[in-house]
Amino acid sequence: MSKSSLKQTLKDLDTKKISIRELNQDYLKRIKEKENLNVFIHFSEENVLKQVDNLEKDNSTKKLKGIPIAIKDLFCTKSMPTTAASKILENFNPTYESFVTQKLLDEGSIFVGKTNLDEFAMGSATNTSFFGNTINPLSKDNKPLAPGGSSGGSAAAVAADLCLGATGTDTGGSIRQPASFCGVVGIKPTYGLCSRWGIAAFASSLDQAGIFSHNVEDASILLQSIAGFDQRDSTSAKVDIPNYFEKLDDDLNGKTVGIPKEYSIDGTPMEINQIWEDAIKVLEKKGVKIKNISLPHTKYALPTYYIIAPAEASSNLARYDGVKYGFRSDEINSLDDMYENTRAQGFGREVKRRILIGTYVLSAGYYDAYYLKAQKVRKLIANDFNEAFKECDFIVTPTAPSAAFPLNEKQNDPIKMYLNDVFTVPASLAGLPGISIPFGKDKNNLPLGIQILGKHFDEQQVFNAAISLERSYE
Amino acid sequence: MKIDKNTINKIARLSRIKLDDKESEDYIKDLNSILDWVEQLNEVNTENVEPLSNISSSILPKREDVSNDTNSSEEILENAPDKLEGFFAVPKVVE
Repeated sequence: MSKSSLKQTLKDLDTKKISIRELNQDYLKRIKEKENLNVFIHFSEENVLKQVDNLEKDNSTKKLKGIPIAIKDLFCTKSMPTTAASKILENFNPTYESFVTQKLLDEGSIFVGKTNLDEFAMGSATNTSFFGNTINPLSKDNKPLAPGGSSGGSAAAVAADLCLGATGTDTGGSIRQPASFCGVVGIKPTYGLCSRWGIAAFASSLDQAGIFSHNVEDASILLQSIAGFDQRDSTSAKVDIPNYFEKLDDDLNGKTVGIPKEYSIDGTPMEINQIWEDAIKVLEKKGVKIKNISLPHTKYALPTYYIIAPAEASSNLARYDGVKYGFRSDEINSLDDMYENTRAQGFGREVKRRILIGTYVLSAGYYDAYYLKAQKVRKLIANDFNEAFKECDFIVTPTAPSAAFPLNEKQNDPIKMYLNDVFTVPASLAGLPGISIPFGKDKNNLPLGIQILGKHFDEQQVFNAAISLERSYE
Repeated sequence: MKIDKNTINKIARLSRIKLDDKESEDYIKDLNSILDWVEQLNEVNTENVEPLSNISSSILPKREDVSNDTNSSEEILENAPDKLEGFFAVPKVVE
């Protein structure tokens, strides 16, 4: 089955080769065939057809008119419930629309459904969802694989061709790692490029919205659509959003790529180091100067992240108390009882673990030793990148330390699970843009990903390097 | 061991999450192993390093100070598990 790209579909719609209705019926059919993958938390055929009806009556030109898009169920949407894959938000119907989804609606796209994720985006396998695992569409019979996480549903939706693009969020790798596992393109832009308004918060100093797509061109089109300043998010950046797609340029001659030596980690499978070398060779052939760089604090990125992210999460998730929205326990003898039982029954194991850790590192007597210390190391990690980018235009690394693993394999040991993010977390802490593109396969024919990192707000360079590698690989 | 039974109970109480004995045991184990692991940050010399709390380089934007008067209490209450005469309703606090 050859998947049509967003770019080609826009042409086909324009030349009336296909109608919006036909296009979306085609996707609806596939979504129903692939129900067993558990990609969507919310899907309603009726809702999709209603959106088609409305667009058919609309005579205006819109950039993404009729394009089926899947939305991670962390974005508040007025037309569909929003759960964050948690029991505590099981029956939540937002009365407002997130910034990102509003932008997509304004462009005329059609929301096919809300995709599954790790509960409150906390996980690397989409296996902490209250609504069950999502299965990686690349799984062979009887051997279900994890799609990665936390945006596993969105990555799987693109990989199974259930949409022409999907939104995700990335706090420590939640777009790039599942993109790598599912063999699709995933971009996390610079912190601040897309407003966080209306995204259920996990770790606010790290959370960033981004895009999954079939290829780099499509990602460049969609990212432009969701980026932009928003005064309702105090960290939203006032920067010009270029037309990334128009400016795509695969000529990298004269550019310099940084190769960080600290990303050669013991225990990384040979195949992954091999594709990394292959990518470097390709770039070299294209006239790119190879520069060995050092990011000396890399090994401290994961422990830093696992202090900062839970600390912020423990604060952000305090709002789920059974009073204003969502689930409330039946066992309510007193107000405190109501809080404690609601949160005990409403949150899953991993979310509770992170709230507890976060509460501990922020508690009196421990704040300086853990949280403040982590913020200082974060500064050193960000400085490492600032120094490195004085010598190179972009950085290339593997995306993840493994290909897709079997469902539930890494569930029991939290630290082993956290190691999935070893290559993605440092750039998150530094707020840098990063993309993962499929590049090579492992011995089981599963896709592997290459990650390209750029300077703050230099998404164009990231896209240019990505399309150059993508074109050489095809 | 940094986290013992008393500490986990204290944190659970601060977090307003009720834990049963089995869960407490599990979390004591998990949290201790995570805290041992993050301990490696102590190797890093952070003397005179400013903590980084916000990566965004943009300056906090100002907006015009205008009132924005919308009555949305009905909308806000739409998702409330329990409500009474335009308010969120909770169990009785004062006897």
